[in-house]
Amino acid sequence: MSQTILIADDEPNIVISLEYLLKREGFNVLVARDGQEALDTIVREQPHLVLLDVMMPKKTGLEVCQSVRANPLCAKVLILMLTAKGRDTDLSKGLALGANAYMIKPFSTKELVQKVKTLLETGA
Amino acid sequence: MRKVDWRIIIGVGIVGVVCLVWLLVTGGLIWAALEEPDREAVINAVGPRVVLLVVMWAVSLAAVGAVLRQLVAYFMTAPARLAEEAQVLLGTDVKRRLVAQGSVENRRLTDLFNQLVEQREALRSEMDVRVQEASRNTEMEKSRLAALMSELTKSVVVCNLDGRILLYNNRARMQFRALSKAPGVAGGAELVGLGRSIYSVFDRKLVTHALENIQHRLQRGAASPSAQFVTTTHAGQLLRVQMAPVRAVQSPDGAADIAVSNDLTGFVLMLDNITREFEADSEKDRVLYSLTEGSRAALANAQAAVEVLEYPDIEVEMRERLLHVIREEIQGLGKRIDEMQTSSTNNLRSRWPLEDMLGADFIEAAVRRIETSLPVRAEWDAVDTSLWLKVESFSLLQALVHLSSRLNIECGVDTVQLRLAENAQRAQLDLLWTPQTPDIKAMMNWELEQIRSGSETLSLTVQDVLTRHGGDSWYERDADGVRAFFRFLLPLAAPQEELASATFLRNESRPEYYDFDLFQSSEQSRSLEDRLLTELTYTVFDTETTGLNPAGGDEIIQVGAVRIVNGKLLQQEFFDQLVDPKRTIPAETIPIHGIKPEMVKGQPTIGQVLPAFHTFAQDTVLVAHNAAFDMRCLQVKEKATGIVFDHPVLDTLLLSAMLHPNQESHRLEAIAERFNVTVIGRHTALGDSIVTAEVFLKLIPLLAEKGILTLRQAREEAQKTFYARLKY
Repeated sequence: MSQTILIADDEPNIVISLEYLLKREGFNVLVARDGQEALDTIVREQPHLVLLDVMMPKKTGLEVCQSVRANPLCAKVLILMLTAKGRDTDLSKGLALGANAYMIKPFSTKELVQKVKTLLETGA
Repeated sequence: MRKVDWRIIIGVGIVGVVCLVWLLVTGGLIWAALEEPDREAVINAVGPRVVLLVVMWAVSLAAVGAVLRQLVAYFMTAPARLAEEAQVLLGTDVKRRLVAQGSVENRRLTDLFNQLVEQREALRSEMDVRVQEASRNTEMEKSRLAALMSELTKSVVVCNLDGRILLYNNRARMQFRALSKAPGVAGGAELVGLGRSIYSVFDRKLVTHALENIQHRLQRGAASPSAQFVTTTHAGQLLRVQMAPVRAVQSPDGAADIAVSNDLTGFVLMLDNITREFEADSEKDRVLYSLTEGSRAALANAQAAVEVLEYPDIEVEMRERLLHVIREEIQGLGKRIDEMQTSSTNNLRSRWPLEDMLGADFIEAAVRRIETSLPVRAEWDAVDTSLWLKVESFSLLQALVHLSSRLNIECGVDTVQLRLAENAQRAQLDLLWTPQTPDIKAMMNWELEQIRSGSETLSLTVQDVLTRHGGDSWYERDADGVRAFFRFLLPLAAPQEELASATFLRNESRPEYYDFDLFQSSEQSRSLEDRLLTELTYTVFDTETTGLNPAGGDEIIQVGAVRIVNGKLLQQEFFDQLVDPKRTIPAETIPIHGIKPEMVKGQPTIGQVLPAFHTFAQDTVLVAHNAAFDMRCLQVKEKATGIVFDHPVLDTLLLSAMLHPNQESHRLEAIAERFNVTVIGRHTALGDSIVTAEVFLKLIPLLAEKGILTLRQAREEAQKTFYARLKY
């Protein structure tokens, strides 16, 4: 049974690549295009891991993150934040709000895949 | 006619009696020693010559009298005169040599007196020279300062501790004009003026906060502390204000060097209007953001696409899509760079001023602020007292109070704790509380609401405040599992850099706006009523009207006023405004006031002018000639404008009538002539105000001679005069 990953990002240009990559790696991939959709999908599908973009319409990634962490049903969902905000305060905030890891754009896709695998193996 | 000198008469009497007694006793003794026949012979010899004896006795008495008179003049009168003359010299400034009279000793005394007087005069003139020299120096210092201030490109305002303005430069006056709510009416003169309160422009809390800040640092021994804050004015302008303390000067007697103490006597404000800078800053932020964070996203998209393209087995369709992605992102980046180039944000300016502040001081201030403004207890939690923050403390405190207030209202929280620790090159400031309900949905948005401070809502959100600090804030659960907190990430202070003030010269008129004597004045707890006439601030005003019946439809068409501060008429701070009466101006009145209908067309109405005039006259005593009429004109408008003039009023006409009851005319011209005041521009509101003010200044010392020193006395006395039957 392959693991499910949700890509939550409003930019189709990155979704194309990430979706292709992760599918090649053998994951089951879901896509959400805004914060609300991401939150609904997480609650409904219980993905193993979410690639969560911070800047999204309707709900920001941070809000989604907070809501997920406040919901005991989604306790197992891993969150990997993706963001263009590179300041250390953003990083502290993302982690404080319950993200398991954090990657700043632009990133190497190899490293991203590596990080996803590590997270799924260690479970945190 | 010489005065009878009783001393001589008594002296002569005593000598006469003594002589007589001696004669009788001697005669008696001789008489007793004589035999009977001898006695017969003596009676025969002397008897017929008794008259001669008596005459001789009288003659000798006259001689005695003459000698006595000489002696008295010589030994008694001369010293007495000397004493009187010396008394005159002592009590007055008369300079003269005393004429030596009488005995040798008395002459020597007179001589000594003369020498003493000479010595005194020499000392006096020397002192005068010194005083003149000192005041010349002071004047030079003053004019140097004035010149310096007028040439500063910064607005400078100097205030005493009560917030009264002591000095300001031209640039400040222009700045305040931009802040005025009625720039067309008073041109900012209702805001900036000697003796006016700076608090009509700035929130008192802001200024107090900055002052406390400075005082704290002075006590800790900082050499030259200054504070900064940014404030929005009523007109929506952003001002950056730098405050520096004016410290008390202690000059120990005779010491040449002057020590500066840590007691504040006032403060200097330097104002910068940063509205435009701030807009430019925001624009710059936007561009920077789009360049950094926007580019990051684009780069990420392109990079991911490129990395996927490296797979050799990629399908044609996917390949096309990825190439399209790369093309699109690269074009987007190019466009963004062009936009950067053309945008006008090349002039990098300083941002919000952050100041260094000891973290513990900030916590202390926050605890105080929360407890005074909310029904909430604030406590210290773990505070790292070694941390220095770089903050704009005022807005940050407001943010903390805002969040505490929301907690109190929404969640019934009545106690909060404050915690401060270092966190990877930053400070983390936590506002902790023990939640009753684990509802965090609402709190997410509190940081995005506009801060409410008391009854006002600021244009900033908590998030904005943190953004300004290059920091961030969020809500979290505490590790102890019980409490929750808002965390603020704040910058830590680096060593403070000196502010270089670049000044370049400008040719603006020299200011005459200073009055350092105001440093001596302080908020009086006494009411105005018991203040001395010499120390009050006056607004001397006059109105021109369409006629003499304000209650019957006559309207004000001109208001003029000048200010008297510390007994000086301020030529620079006047109020001069034509008013559109919204009615015709009777032709027969035009020769009197010279205001034609076309002059008032398009001028502001009384409804716009009175508020500005009211502000202009704030905290002063109103003075007018025949004030009853002008006051009536103002009071008729109370209902329509809602502006009430409840100032104390003095009337030069009543005061003059009281001082000179025998004069037949108390018209302004007549009084001006009596006091030798030049009349210019009679029957313009401003012209009359100036004449009235000069007359009033002449009246004050005359009132003092009559023992009328305070406002209360002046008003009571004026009431008593005949003219006072015209009740206001």
